[in-house]
Amino acid sequence: MADTKLHISGGHLLDPANGIDAPTDLYIADGRIVAVGTAPDGFTADRTLDAGGLHLIPGLVDLCARLREPGQEHKATIDSECRAAAARGITTLCCPPDTRPVIDTPAVVELIRHRATQVDAARVVTLGALTRGLDGEQLSEMAALKQAGCVGVSNALRPLASTRTQRRAFEYAATFDLTVFLYADDPALSDGGCLHEGALSTRLGLPGIPEAAETVAVARDLALIQQTGVRAHFCRLTTERAVRMVARARFDGLPVSADVAMPYLHLTELDASEFNPEFHLIPPLRTHRDREGLLTGLRDGTLGALCSDHQPHEPDAKLAPFPATEPGASGIDTLLPLTLKLAQDGALPLADAIARVTSGPAQILGLPYGELGVGRAADICILDTGAHWQVNRDSLLSQGRNTPFNGWEMPCQVRYTLRDGRIIFDSESS
Amino acid sequence: MSGNLQIGEDGRLRHFLSIEGLNRALLTEILDTAESFAGVTEQSIKKVPLLRGRTIVNLFFEASTRTRTTFELAAKRLSADVLNINVNASATVKGETLLDTLRNIEAMHVDMFVVRHADSGTAHFIARHAQPHVSIINAGDGRHAHPTQAMLDMFTIRREKGPDFGRLTVAIVGDIAHSRVARSQIHALNLLNVGELRVVAPRTLLPAHVESLGVRVFHDLREGLRDADVIIMLRLQRERMQGAMLPSEHEYYRLYGLTRERLAVARPDVTVMHPGPINRGVEMDSLVADGPQSVILEQVTYGIATRMAVMSMAMHPTPAQDNHG
Repeated sequence: MADTKLHISGGHLLDPANGIDAPTDLYIADGRIVAVGTAPDGFTADRTLDAGGLHLIPGLVDLCARLREPGQEHKATIDSECRAAAARGITTLCCPPDTRPVIDTPAVVELIRHRATQVDAARVVTLGALTRGLDGEQLSEMAALKQAGCVGVSNALRPLASTRTQRRAFEYAATFDLTVFLYADDPALSDGGCLHEGALSTRLGLPGIPEAAETVAVARDLALIQQTGVRAHFCRLTTERAVRMVARARFDGLPVSADVAMPYLHLTELDASEFNPEFHLIPPLRTHRDREGLLTGLRDGTLGALCSDHQPHEPDAKLAPFPATEPGASGIDTLLPLTLKLAQDGALPLADAIARVTSGPAQILGLPYGELGVGRAADICILDTGAHWQVNRDSLLSQGRNTPFNGWEMPCQVRYTLRDGRIIFDSESS
Repeated sequence: MSGNLQIGEDGRLRHFLSIEGLNRALLTEILDTAESFAGVTEQSIKKVPLLRGRTIVNLFFEASTRTRTTFELAAKRLSADVLNINVNASATVKGETLLDTLRNIEAMHVDMFVVRHADSGTAHFIARHAQPHVSIINAGDGRHAHPTQAMLDMFTIRREKGPDFGRLTVAIVGDIAHSRVARSQIHALNLLNVGELRVVAPRTLLPAHVESLGVRVFHDLREGLRDADVIIMLRLQRERMQGAMLPSEHEYYRLYGLTRERLAVARPDVTVMHPGPINRGVEMDSLVADGPQSVILEQVTYGIATRMAVMSMAMHPTPAQDNHG
């Protein structure tokens, strides 16, 4: 099927990276875009997809999706999540290294790649561990991990033992031109916390995580990035001040980028007011002002990517008193619709919103996806912006039904998803 | 939502989880009911048959002697059957979940759980998942709430000062940050329209945005106690010294300990309270703890009547419950 010549006709193409927002046909051969607009000479389509009344956008690139395999298959599997992703228009998932076992050897990278290939849905790329077993002390074999296909290195949510280890890890990663993905957290300040430190944590008597847990870490990390020259990416910033610090560093020419996860753009700390564990997220939901700051950063490009921070859980993980529940929300189902909702709500222009889930994250990962120019992989999401659906336990496709958006109305349905020119999701045949 | 959880469709108390979400009429009803039970506890035969045939389980995941004992006495004086279950927190971490524990005990046909747990929100969680005929009383959850303690304190204040809270200045002194008692007291006093409510502590013992709870903040004890009608001292846990919240007990006592000299800036008829157990020489001097203004032991006595009130109100007989019971 990969060598099928495909003509997608009558759709409205929205390809922010190439500045296209117009009715445009796409022509695909050998899994790649061979023409945009008019058919190349001698092109005879084996199949024509009628996209009349539908939008075409690049397949989404999700910068942070936990697939729970290997190690926690009771929460989700590569199979379940890659299929769910395809059905929601996502063609590339980036998996952080905190699987069990940790992604610190080429064998684990290979295992994940193999399982994802078997599914034939969204593709999976991996971040390698920055330290062995994520122990924060001993460097991982980063060169081998890169050779095995890792697109960057990260210590996931785990702290590094010291600033000296951090410095060495940055230097070593820079040697091999690897991007370091950072979770900005000072563990001594966030220790034991489960909610933003503020009026609500005070009222509920829940240990808080102060803003400084993030800003102290960003300041420290920026100093070491400057010292070592490593290319670095801040994952899931949550505070206005941290966004401003990163914006300043980018202005000063430091090789840094940053992203934000969807819940932090739609929700605030106040949403957790009734001990509802669906709002137990780490890092925590912050204030209204922080949410505004994140939206500003997303608009001006300081936050180049918007990710799901997908963390599927089994129901029991959320069946406990709030502090004892596992943090995190399932997010791949809502990534695309909530991105469109941001544009509908006027938070940022539609083209910019789409760019933050396509070309933006692809650029951060150094991957040639997220845009639909000639020669690019034909990763395409064909969607109906007139079809709505409601978030509830039954409508989610991920194995993890833990969502803070229960009851929300989603403004679009995916009609087809193509990856490398192959139809990996067709809403009428599923 | 917590309000709905606590109050049934008939507007009466179903669970008692936090002061927040209740209204002044309900608090007053609890105090009035407690007043009627205070007579019972002062009789030689201290029992009423109100909850005969009902089973109450004290489910304590955190060590407690005083609170558990007064709940037990309150239940027995209402003629209920009482079961005390102390669950070692570490055992639940390894084995069955909280919900499993709950389901197993529920299967023995109990009517009420009195729950204490180190995690904030536990009583709410259990109330959400318990069977419809089971009532939950929060006997302390994390730093969140200890509503029966707050109500017995309100009862004590009303007995000492009369029903008009509007003319009272109340100062709460000490570790507000870690205190579920203080949070519940603050909500109760504000619901009862207290004239002025103050908290007195160094910054390290105050939670973020504490003023949003409706209190005036003082760091100086003398300022905070000036013209106070009621002083509530909180217990200071020893581990605050290790957590870098305080330099020493000595300095704490020097700055925030209640002595007779310091008491002099308050009103002459000031009432001194403490939820216990007291650290003598840390929060307060023995001369104050045992002095004429102290009502610390009365608080313990009133605790029984107040808990009887809350238990009987939450288990008020309805037709459905009569079938069950």
